[in-house]
Amino acid sequence: MDWLDLLIRVALGLVVISVVMGVCMYSVLAERKVSAWIQGRVGPNRTSLPIIAAIPVVGRFLTRLGIFQPLADGGKFLFKEDVIPAHVNKIYFVLAPIIAFVPALVTISVVPFGQYFDAAGAVKTLILANVDVGLLFIFAFASLGVYALVLSGWASNSKYPFLGGVRASAQLVSYELAMGLAVLPVFIWINGPGASGSLSLVRIVEAQHNWWFVLTQPLSALVFVIALFAETNRLPFDMPESETDLVGGYHTEYSSFKFGFFFVGEYANMTVGACVITLVFFGGWHPLPGFDWIEVAGMTGWAWLATGIPGALIAFATFAAKVVFFLFFFIWVRWTVPRFRYDQVMSIGWRRLLPLAIANLIVCALGIAAIDRFL
Amino acid sequence: MTRTTIRSERTIPVLHHSRDRAAVLPAQHSTGGPRETFTINLGPQHPATHGVLRVKMEMDGEYIVNAEPVPGYIHRMHEKMGENRDVTQYIPNTSRVDYLSAMNYTHAWVAVVEQALKIQVPQRTEYIRVITSELNRISSHLIWWGAFVMDLGGMTPMLYGLDDREKILDLLEGLCGARLTYCYYRVGGLTNDVDQQFLDGCRAFVKHMRPQLKMYKALTTDNIILQKRLKDIGPISQEMCRKYGATGAVARGSGINYDVRKNESYGAYKDFDFEIPVYPQCDCWARYMVRMDEMEQSLRIIEQAVDKLPEGPFMADKLPRAFKMPPGDYYYAVEAARGRFSFRVVSTGKEIPYRVKLRSPCFSNLSLFEEASRGMLLADALALMGSLDLVIPDIDR
Repeated sequence: MDWLDLLIRVALGLVVISVVMGVCMYSVLAERKVSAWIQGRVGPNRTSLPIIAAIPVVGRFLTRLGIFQPLADGGKFLFKEDVIPAHVNKIYFVLAPIIAFVPALVTISVVPFGQYFDAAGAVKTLILANVDVGLLFIFAFASLGVYALVLSGWASNSKYPFLGGVRASAQLVSYELAMGLAVLPVFIWINGPGASGSLSLVRIVEAQHNWWFVLTQPLSALVFVIALFAETNRLPFDMPESETDLVGGYHTEYSSFKFGFFFVGEYANMTVGACVITLVFFGGWHPLPGFDWIEVAGMTGWAWLATGIPGALIAFATFAAKVVFFLFFFIWVRWTVPRFRYDQVMSIGWRRLLPLAIANLIVCALGIAAIDRFL
Repeated sequence: MTRTTIRSERTIPVLHHSRDRAAVLPAQHSTGGPRETFTINLGPQHPATHGVLRVKMEMDGEYIVNAEPVPGYIHRMHEKMGENRDVTQYIPNTSRVDYLSAMNYTHAWVAVVEQALKIQVPQRTEYIRVITSELNRISSHLIWWGAFVMDLGGMTPMLYGLDDREKILDLLEGLCGARLTYCYYRVGGLTNDVDQQFLDGCRAFVKHMRPQLKMYKALTTDNIILQKRLKDIGPISQEMCRKYGATGAVARGSGINYDVRKNESYGAYKDFDFEIPVYPQCDCWARYMVRMDEMEQSLRIIEQAVDKLPEGPFMADKLPRAFKMPPGDYYYAVEAARGRFSFRVVSTGKEIPYRVKLRSPCFSNLSLFEEASRGMLLADALALMGSLDLVIPDIDR
């Protein structure tokens, strides 16, 4: 029984990882396609597979949409010459892309994708590991990512990567503070005084069954989103990479699949980031802000929509739609604004976001204490 | 431009007026030990130099102690080539020095010969030269706008700029068959007259471009990040402009009201009503605004020139068979997209000039980079370099 359980878990893990990898690959495509649309271009529309492209209308449409482009991109990463320059520190040079890639995949294991009532009326959550410290786990592993950037910058033994590594370490460490402080009000809110506390993401989403936290704590959400941009190295905070002044930043010396690891790792981080912001501030799998979906479904006589497989599908679809929206939002911002300067990034982190997060925390704590006391 | 200095004798760099930087640098050096710097080679292949310019930068962390431009990677002997071919054979060269404002450069060349030979160019030709030069100026500024914002990390404007530039290239291609190296002007006239299609195209372009410029303003000029990246960054004082001979948008961004089209009006420019945008802030922002406003003024000039275009021949009468400039020293300056460009030709009376000297704006504008970039952050120095609008073949010639 134990073995069977373990096997099922491993299989589920593999499924989730391949789904996340798929999402990463297709967010690369989305990046290319959306940027093309924003810039008035067409984007990738040539790559096709022999059999599928031969299907009369659909095949042509899919080719035009560039749906097979990620396969070509991935294949290219695999077959390019993998250059390890003579001047690098080999161990760390090889280690860095792995560190960039693995934590991003590990964090996905504690992300819940949806929830439904089974036939017996019990709540089932679609999650790999429902750990009680969910969000803390994500933060802990996500912050390992900084080692990848620092190590690659240092091990490359070259000047542009070095500057990229220095920028990365400072930036990621600074914004983690604001990020952590931004989610604290959420935990104060869901963990009443005296009750046993929890950092579980499932519990956070359950607490948002009618009011999303973005509506009750907009400032926390704002700080969190900005910090998330910085943590995932996306423009306007892509200091470590900044390809127009540091050439490629920390991954200047990387080629082939090692570069691919950094590349996919960035999108994996982005995906996890989009999941976390959806779960913590945008109601997770609850489709309507302000209304309890299950109650609404019950009242309108569509209770079957909230239970069983339809319920699971709706919950998952809602969650996926929000994640896709945030991925799009990341891409949209990247292709619209220019980049901050390094010292401006630090100044925003320490002199704007951090005080704002602290003030927000104090105000929220006082407000919640007042609600507990007087209401 | 090259300079040798001993590293240990370097003093703390001159800081330009930024409170933050002034606060940061001395603190870094108060630790006691010997200051360590490292040299970084920006280029000859670097995304921000937009060509094969190499800048040897001595860096103190993110700060530049000294940045020494090393030009010469695309030296093509344009001046020497002027000494071994006749006037007509040299016209193609003039399109290739600064390939982004080829019309202006060709204008300077044919005009210096016309001046030497005292050829009276028909009024219609002068007008067409103004129209095509101004179109070329806009196309050059569009490229600069895209590339400059790209240097600051915004990728999208490049594509928008190229898209609108394409319309100018199509117009000029319809006129003279070339999209970049036009060679459209001839001594005493043009290769061919303009047709109605071109004039209609110009009117349509002006109509199309005005809303586009508004859109550019909304997209980049009003963007708070761009403003934060440009305001008070890369100060170039009026003294520095005079010292290094900086012209064009660099000088006008430092409050110097100098534009060859107004100050030493040439061609038909005195017939048109246009303004020279001047901004006194001396920073990257001022230079950015000067160029953005210049595009609008160029549209105005084109509009007027198309409306007032006189009828008549497009070549001067009675051109000599061979352009033998009488012995002497001839000089003609134009306002190219990057600043004052001039030809100085010394002739001994032969068909082939004795000496051809190009005074290119980018060379002078680049030479102030070393002084202006001292003590700057790397990213700011690249913003400064972008605001100088360098075309590398124009520096190296």
